[in-house]
Amino acid sequence: MTRPVIELTGVTKTYGAGETAVHALAGVDLVVEPGDYVAIMGVSGSGKSTLMNIVGCLDVGTSGQYLLDGIDVRRVAESRLAVVRNRKLGFVFQSFNLVARTSALRNVELPLAYAGVSRGERRERAAAALTRVGLADRLEHEPAELSGGQQQRVALARAIVTRPSLLLADEPTGALDSHSTAEVLAQFDELAVEGRTVLVITHEHDVARHAKRVVRMADGMIVADERQAPLDAPPPLLSARAVPA
Amino acid sequence: MNVSETARFAWQGVTADKPRSGLTTLGILIGVAAVIILVAVGTGSSKSVQAQIDALGSNTLTVQAASTASGGRGGPGGGAIAGFGAFSQSSGATSQNATKTHTPELTLADARALATSKREAPDVLGVAPLVTAQSVEATYDGASHSVGSTIGTTPAYLLIDNSSVQEGRAFTDADYTQHRRVALLGRTVAEDLIGDDTSRLVGRVIELNGIEFTVDGILTSKGSTGPQDQDDRVIAPLTAVQDTLSGYGALSAISVKATSADTVNPAESEIESILDARHDVTSADRDYSVANASSILGAATSSNRTFTVLLGAVAAISLLVGGIGVMNIMLVTVTERTREIGIKKALGAGRADIVGQFLTEAVLLSVFGGVVGVVVGLVGSRFTIVGVQPAVAPYSVGLAFGVAILIGLFFGLYPANRAASLRPIDALRYE
Repeated sequence: MTRPVIELTGVTKTYGAGETAVHALAGVDLVVEPGDYVAIMGVSGSGKSTLMNIVGCLDVGTSGQYLLDGIDVRRVAESRLAVVRNRKLGFVFQSFNLVARTSALRNVELPLAYAGVSRGERRERAAAALTRVGLADRLEHEPAELSGGQQQRVALARAIVTRPSLLLADEPTGALDSHSTAEVLAQFDELAVEGRTVLVITHEHDVARHAKRVVRMADGMIVADERQAPLDAPPPLLSARAVPA
Repeated sequence: MNVSETARFAWQGVTADKPRSGLTTLGILIGVAAVIILVAVGTGSSKSVQAQIDALGSNTLTVQAASTASGGRGGPGGGAIAGFGAFSQSSGATSQNATKTHTPELTLADARALATSKREAPDVLGVAPLVTAQSVEATYDGASHSVGSTIGTTPAYLLIDNSSVQEGRAFTDADYTQHRRVALLGRTVAEDLIGDDTSRLVGRVIELNGIEFTVDGILTSKGSTGPQDQDDRVIAPLTAVQDTLSGYGALSAISVKATSADTVNPAESEIESILDARHDVTSADRDYSVANASSILGAATSSNRTFTVLLGAVAAISLLVGGIGVMNIMLVTVTERTREIGIKKALGAGRADIVGQFLTEAVLLSVFGGVVGVVVGLVGSRFTIVGVQPAVAPYSVGLAFGVAILIGLFFGLYPANRAASLRPIDALRYE
């Protein structure tokens, strides 16, 4: 058996203390194998965003253990966490979070720059990633010159350009119209076909239908965990269309 | 993340809001320019004082009666007029001044004693008695000029004063002994009276306070160093000046030239021993003082240094204020770009990357302000400021520019650190 990408054991997160303490996460156990495409669903306040932040090493849990690719993140010093985020994780945010006044190409180059990749290689890999998401003709456009769907695809290219172990998406289609949503979801499907590990946080059923596995959360706990497609199979909506894996 | 990458991000940050960056650099600019210009004014005024003293000659000594003396003009008369050669030639005329040893004033006899005591004063090259006349009005052909200083002396004075005659000729010992009313004009006086072609004035008769003097020559220009114009003067035989303008009083001063700059101090002791004996005084109750150029220079230099330090301190404060401006703007920038910092941290930017970017921005602002400030400072120093021609001190340029960069580093450090220590989760949530 391969090593899981994510291994959460009894993770809790408490904000505040005493009477007013809020338990955002009340003990979560979750294992995500490489190549899985997991959707985490839940209403606002269910703890899914807190979970995402902890999984994304942007925040740490109050208690419990989190192994990312076998690394105990709690034992990693804050200064080294930047390296972990850079090498292991790719983020896609609801609000795109592209760096303003900076071309698409340079936005995608950014994580490679922090990783210390040489300029020529960086340029090449960033251009390849943008081509991969269908934006080969938008390399020099700045975020303000791109549509929402295009911006989110730039963000996606930026998330995958470092070939991370885990692609994390927080409501990736929350700010998009249905056409752009379809574009972006198609990209996620393709990434899943390639065998990438994808974790999507969403409250939209249409988005969750694309995932191989759906985890439902409520009140800081996992309340349901159902598999829609086998781990080694293509995502459900793609296999229905019989695209070769 | 390499240096050029960091610099690029910083450049983007700086150019994102050009008016604001411009105003921030203005603070540094003014500070740097102020340091350069004010130090240049201080240095310039030192230099002008030094030039004035150099013009006197570094081996010139001036003997003056102690301040209790009533000065030369209008004092008790009775000083016999004696022909008096450049160095040791004496007309042999008697002088009653020799007996007046207790009055605190300098007499022609004192001057002659100094000039003739070759044995007691081997280091004295030349001696010239001086009388000065106040508020002398020179007129010629309708033009008039108020003379800055009117000096009655002997021909030796030109040598002692490092002066020379450019047009015409100097007056002679004969002119002196014969009380001839001849005058040497400084360039400023001559130009005021006749215009640029001053040679036309040689041989003409001008009036000094209504008394006719023949212009024997025009003095070579000494230049106007600082507020004092060294060419605004008239030199005439002491005898003639006493006859007509100053009256027969004590001397204003005795000008002495030592044989070389190295013998100024021995010459001073020799003068003191001769005059002490003549005036029957000791070093404790001396009724005259001997000043040499280097002692005047020393006093002037130290007061100028204080002046320069004060100006520099004022300028340094404005530079400091400029630095605080940089810090203020960088703090605002960090707050404004919290989200960008969050994104970059999520993408794997380390502490060093973020600190580097914001620190570089702060340094860019201050370096830019520094460069423009140096240019403004250098240009500003070309103009005469309150009568002083500033002299740019190279150290002040380096210092101001270096301090500007240090200010960028120092005042950028706090905002940069604040940016780098933001938790990514907080930074990303920031709206």
